[in-house]
Amino acid sequence: MITGMDAIIRQHRFFAGLDEDMIALLAGCARNVVFKPGQYLFHTGEDANEFYLIREGQVALDVVAPGKGAITFQTVGYGEIVGVSWLLPPYRWMHDARAVDQVHAIGMDAACLRGKCDADHDVGYEMMRRFLPVLVSRLQATRLQLLDVYGKPAA
Amino acid sequence: MLATREIDPMVPQVARVVASRRELGDVWTLDIDAGPRGFTFQPGQFNMLYAFGVGEAAISISGDPGKTERLVHTIRSVGKVSDALARLNVGDTIGVRGPFGGGWPVAGVEGSDVVVVAGGLGLAPLRPTLYHLLANRDRYGRIVLLCGARSPNDILYRHELEAWRERLDIDIDVSVDHADPAWHGNVGVVTTLVPRAAFDPARTTAMICGPEIMMRFAAIALEERGVAPERIYVSMERNMKCAIARCGHCQFSADFVCKDGPVATWAHLRRLLSLKEI
Repeated sequence: MITGMDAIIRQHRFFAGLDEDMIALLAGCARNVVFKPGQYLFHTGEDANEFYLIREGQVALDVVAPGKGAITFQTVGYGEIVGVSWLLPPYRWMHDARAVDQVHAIGMDAACLRGKCDADHDVGYEMMRRFLPVLVSRLQATRLQLLDVYGKPAA
Repeated sequence: MLATREIDPMVPQVARVVASRRELGDVWTLDIDAGPRGFTFQPGQFNMLYAFGVGEAAISISGDPGKTERLVHTIRSVGKVSDALARLNVGDTIGVRGPFGGGWPVAGVEGSDVVVVAGGLGLAPLRPTLYHLLANRDRYGRIVLLCGARSPNDILYRHELEAWRERLDIDIDVSVDHADPAWHGNVGVVTTLVPRAAFDPARTTAMICGPEIMMRFAAIALEERGVAPERIYVSMERNMKCAIARCGHCQFSADFVCKDGPVATWAHLRRLLSLKEI
């Protein structure tokens, strides 16, 4: 059975509770994507043209540190989002995103969605309302990581 | 020769180290002979361990409460005393006072789901609880263990976690703060595991141990999932000296952590932990 894009969007946790008109609108910007283990969803510096809502599998977010190679600073899994740089100029990825295992995701065309947000501010508000908690929780998690709470206490 | 405390609690009992294992770069586990009468304790309690000629430190008991013949402590070398304790060899003598403090509420929460959240060395004081839960598996609902560590190389009791993972009656998830691409597990702070874990918040008791900031955020994440603050327990760490609420070194607001704690509910501690003055 082929499941339509609107049904896939409706089932995703991030879009829970969206009304049908908005789901239909978003479906016009969405496509199904699959990444093999080790395949990159995007690389640092590339244009943030598409972000992803994970349906299955795990994605590692990496940065390359001089002398240390790639360092994974976060993994993202089922029901979560990969990529927030599409929201604000210059719309460029600030890290790599790599499939740890086989990843099934909804790929959202960023320019298409930005256009719909600009054209209909109700859509824009709804998207911001859903993205903001993700950004805040990631900011809080990053603060904790920066504190290095498991490090050796100062003597 | 150890006996469960029946004499002056300020006088250390002399015991002998029978095994020593290096767990991580600066973390050792000591097995101490508990003698013919054994050593009984509640999960979550601590002992005062004395490195003769150096000093005394409060160290949580990390062994199996069902195995009374050996007293097990996992020690991180962070200062003069803990370094001396951690480096004791098989056959060396050690002073032991205890057990002290109140433990995790393992008996009082039978029938409920139990979520254990451990950060770094915080898994050590929680390990006796896990032994108890697994030894009495049919008395509890879902058991979830969420572990955080600095990196894959800093995961405490890794082999034991892997062995427990093979059981089908406990959910274990581990997350590290950072890793290289060879690591295929979760990366991110341990609190990010809470929303993903499978348990019924309405019938869950949570037990958290780790760095204080991590405990605060883990408790908040559990509350956001719907776990009642009265059913979230955290283990406090303060500078314990006498361990019998006489000296006041571990005073925390109106509490003495050595006697009133170290385990307390989030409902009791929530406001206190946000005060920088205490």
